[in-house]
Amino acid sequence: MSQDYDVLVVGGGVVGCAIARELSRFKVSAAVLEKEMDVGLGTSCRNSGVLHAGFNYAPGSLRAILDVKGNSMMDDLCRDLKVKIKRIGKLTVALDEEDEGTLQRLLEQGRANGVPGLEIIGKERMQAIQPGVEGFMALYSPTSSIISPYALTIGLAENALANGVNFHLGQQVVSVTPLAGKGWEVGTKSGERFTCAVLVNASGLFAADVCRMAGITEYSIYPCRGEYYVLDKRLDGTLRALIYPAPKKNAPGLGIHLTPTVDGNILIGPSAEYLNDPEDHSCTYDVMAELRREGKELLGEIRMTDYIRNFAGIRPKQTPPEVGGNKDFVIEDRKDAKGFVNLVGIESPGLTSAPAIAEMVRGMVEKHIPLLPDPAFNPVRPGSPFFFSELPADERAAMIAENPNYGEIICRCEKITKQEILDAINNPLGARTLVSIKYRARASMGRCQGGFCVPRITRILRDEFGWNPEDFLKRGGSSPMFVGNVRPKGGVSR
Amino acid sequence: MNVKTLETTKRDVVVIGGGPAGLAAAIAAKEAGCGDVLLIERDRILGGILNQCIHDGFGLHTFKEALSGPEYAARYIDRFHELGIEAMEETIVLSLTSDRVVEVSTRGTLRRIRAGAVILAMGCRERTRGAISIPGNRPSGVYTAGAAQNFMNLENIMVGRKVCILGSGDIGLIMARRMTLEGASVEAVFEILPYSSGLPRNIQQCLNDYDIPLFLNTTVTEIVGKGRLEGIRVASVGEDRAPIPDTERFIACDTLLLSVGLIPENELSRDAGVAMDPVTGGAVVNDSFMTSVDGIFACGNVLHVHDLVDWVSVEAAEAGKFAAGYVRSGREASSCRIPVRPGSGVRYTLPQSVSGERDCILSLRVAAPWRNRCIVVKSGEREVARKKEMRLHPAEMIRIPLKKEALSGCSSLEVTVE
Repeated sequence: MSQDYDVLVVGGGVVGCAIARELSRFKVSAAVLEKEMDVGLGTSCRNSGVLHAGFNYAPGSLRAILDVKGNSMMDDLCRDLKVKIKRIGKLTVALDEEDEGTLQRLLEQGRANGVPGLEIIGKERMQAIQPGVEGFMALYSPTSSIISPYALTIGLAENALANGVNFHLGQQVVSVTPLAGKGWEVGTKSGERFTCAVLVNASGLFAADVCRMAGITEYSIYPCRGEYYVLDKRLDGTLRALIYPAPKKNAPGLGIHLTPTVDGNILIGPSAEYLNDPEDHSCTYDVMAELRREGKELLGEIRMTDYIRNFAGIRPKQTPPEVGGNKDFVIEDRKDAKGFVNLVGIESPGLTSAPAIAEMVRGMVEKHIPLLPDPAFNPVRPGSPFFFSELPADERAAMIAENPNYGEIICRCEKITKQEILDAINNPLGARTLVSIKYRARASMGRCQGGFCVPRITRILRDEFGWNPEDFLKRGGSSPMFVGNVRPKGGVSR
Repeated sequence: MNVKTLETTKRDVVVIGGGPAGLAAAIAAKEAGCGDVLLIERDRILGGILNQCIHDGFGLHTFKEALSGPEYAARYIDRFHELGIEAMEETIVLSLTSDRVVEVSTRGTLRRIRAGAVILAMGCRERTRGAISIPGNRPSGVYTAGAAQNFMNLENIMVGRKVCILGSGDIGLIMARRMTLEGASVEAVFEILPYSSGLPRNIQQCLNDYDIPLFLNTTVTEIVGKGRLEGIRVASVGEDRAPIPDTERFIACDTLLLSVGLIPENELSRDAGVAMDPVTGGAVVNDSFMTSVDGIFACGNVLHVHDLVDWVSVEAAEAGKFAAGYVRSGREASSCRIPVRPGSGVRYTLPQSVSGERDCILSLRVAAPWRNRCIVVKSGEREVARKKEMRLHPAEMIRIPLKKEALSGCSSLEVTVE
C-alpha cells in the first residue's frame, strides 16, 4: 500500500472520520492515521451522545456556527450512514430567578445563532413534554437530539473507506517533519513513514502534542474527565426529552444530568475533573457516589440494581482549571506551517459540529490542492440503522428463514444474533478487538455485561476464524483477554 | 408475511430452561401424567451451568454420592430422554406474555407457542463489576467467576496467572482451587462482609487446603491498569461497609474474579407481569409454585438462589407436578391463601403463601450467622413448626417441612429465629 498521500488526517475520532468522509467526495488520495486499533475509541465513544441545538455558544463563534450547521446536516447524514438519531428535544430548566435570566439570555443568543424552533415555555407544556419535571419555566429546543456517537464515527469511517480513504489503525504519530518544498513526512511509533501535501491535525486530546511535533508551540490541552453511570434498560421510556439545569457561570461543562441513549439506556453524568493524564479513564469512588446521589435526586425510581456500568470520557480543554469555562474551537490553516490544517480544542459540541467542521476543513485543504468531485462517490452506507431485535416480528421471521444465523441469539440481554456478531467481526475497517465488536453489534452492553455472550463470541472466533487464546484483545495490543490454553494439548470436544 | 401468520403451536407444559430445575420440572410433569411437555434450552446441550461445574459434591442428598456437575446433570438428562420428552436446544425465548404465549427463536425459525402452563426455570446470572460500582479503570483481566469457569472448563482457555478474587461466593471459592490446580497463583479472596458468603465446606476444601487467605471486611477500592489488569487496591471496611482510607494497599495481579452474588434472571417473568419478591429477586409463589400469573410456575434459581443443586431438583419436581395438574384440571390446585412472612432474623421465606391443604416445605435464609438457635414458625401465638440448628449461616438455605394438619385454622404465618 502506498504511503504517500495528498491528505493525511491524524486522528480517527468523529471529527477525523467526518473529515475523511468529506474528502472522499473528491478525487484525492487520503488516509487517516489512528493510534488505537479502531476508530472512535477516544473521546468520541465516551460522551453523552447528544446533538446540541446551539444556543449555548457566543454568536459568531465557530462553536455557534458549526454546531447549528452540523445539527442541521445530521438528518441526511444519519439517513445515508444508517445511524440512529432521535430528535427528542431538550428542556433547559429554570429553578430560580437567576436561571430565569439565564434562559432569556440563552433564547436571544440561540436566535442570534440561528437555532430553529427555540421557545420559552411554562410549567404546563413542560409537564406535557416530560411529566414530573421540576422547575417553573424552561427553554425548549426541538433540535436537541440523541445519537450513538460511536455508531456515527464508525458510519463515517466505513463510508469514507468505501469511497477510497485508507485507514491505518494502530499507527501512533510520533513525528511531523516538513518536506523540502511542500508537504509533510509523518513518522509513527511502529516505524512507518507517511507523506502528504496537507496534514490535518484532528487528534483531539493529543492536538497540542502533534502541533509541537510540527513546531507549533502556542497550544496546550487540559484534559478534563467526565464520569458516567449507565443505567439498565428497565428505565427506558422514563425520559422523553433531554433535561438540563440552566448552566452556571464558568462551569467546565453543562452539569450532571440524565441523558437517554438511542439504545434505551440512561446515562448519569458527566462530572468534570481536570487531570494530567489524557488517557486516565478511571472512575473514582467519590465521583461515583456523587453521580449516584445526583442521579437519584433527578430520577427517584433508580434502584441499586439499575447500575450496569461506569465509564469516563476526557474533554480536550484549552482552558486550565483556574480559568474554567470554554474557549472557542481552533480550526486554522497555518500560515507559518504550509499545508498544516490544525484543529485544537474540539470539545463539546464537537460531535454535533463534526460534519460542518469537515466542510470547513475541506475548504482549507482546497487552498493547497485541487479537489475535483469524484462522480463515483456514494454517500450511502449499506445496512440498517436498526439492530435485528428492533425489527418487526414478521420481518425477523422472514430473515431467519433465509439466514439461520439470525435465529441464534448470542447476546441474551440485548438479543443480538450470531449474524450481527459475524458482521461486526467482518467489519470493513478490519478492527478486530472485542470492543470493536461491542461498538458495532452492541453485544456485551447489556445488564450481564458480557458474562453470557463473551464466551460465546470467543467460541465463534475460535471455531470460525481460527483464533488462538492469545489473539483476543479487549481494545488493543496491551489488553490481552487470555494467557493461553489451560492444557497445552487440550482440545475442545463438543 | 403478516405477524398474525407467525407459526403458532399449542403445547401443554412449556419449560423455559434446561438446567437442573428445568430438567427436574419437565420429568416430574411427564411423570405426573402430562403427555405433552416441551423444554426450551438456549445452549447446544442440556444441563445448564452444571456442564461447567466439573468439581464434585453434587447429589450428596439425592444420590448419596459426590457427583461432578455433568454427572449429576446426566442422571436427569438420561431420565428425560427415557421418558421421551421433547427438548428444543439452541433455542431462546424472546418474550412471554401473561396469557402464556412464548416467542422462540432458533436457527431457521421464529415461532410462537401457546402453552397450557409455563414453568420458569431460567436460572440466575452473576452480579457484575458495574452492579457493585468498583472504581478504577477498565482493563482486560476482570471476569465474573462463572465466566472464567466457562472459559477454563468448556473452552480450555486460561484467563490469567496471578489472581485475586472479590467475594467469597461458592463459584469464586471453587475457581480459587481450580486456578491453583492449573498453575495460577491465587493471591487472596476478599469479602466485604464479616463472614463468608460461601459454604463452609468450600472454604475448607478450596481455600484452607491450598493456603489461600480469605480477608473478611475487605473490598476492592480500585482496579488499576489501562491495557491488562496490573493490580488492585483493597481496603478494610467499617461497619457501614465504606472503605477505611489508611488501610488501603496495592496487590499486583493480572486477573480479578468477581463472585459477588447471583441474580435470578427474571426478564421474561417481568414481561409476563409476574409479581416479584424484592428480597429473593424471584417471583412470589404459593405452595404449588404458581406465580401471581395464572398457569405460570417458577422453580430453581430463577425463583431464589439455592445453595445446593439437590434442593433445586426437589423444588422443581414439585413445580412440574403442579403444572401438570394445572393443565389437567384447567385450574389451580388450591385457592386458600395463608401468607408467610419473614420475621426477626429471617431474610426471606418461600413460598410466600401456603394453602394449608397439603404438606409443604418452607425454604428460608437467615440474615446473619448464629449458633444454637431455633427457627420457629408461628400463626399468631401458636407454634406451627420448630427446627433447632447448631449452626445457622446466611449462605445455607434452610428447609422446614410443614404438615397440613398443623396449618389448619392458620390465617398467616411468621418465621423467626429464636
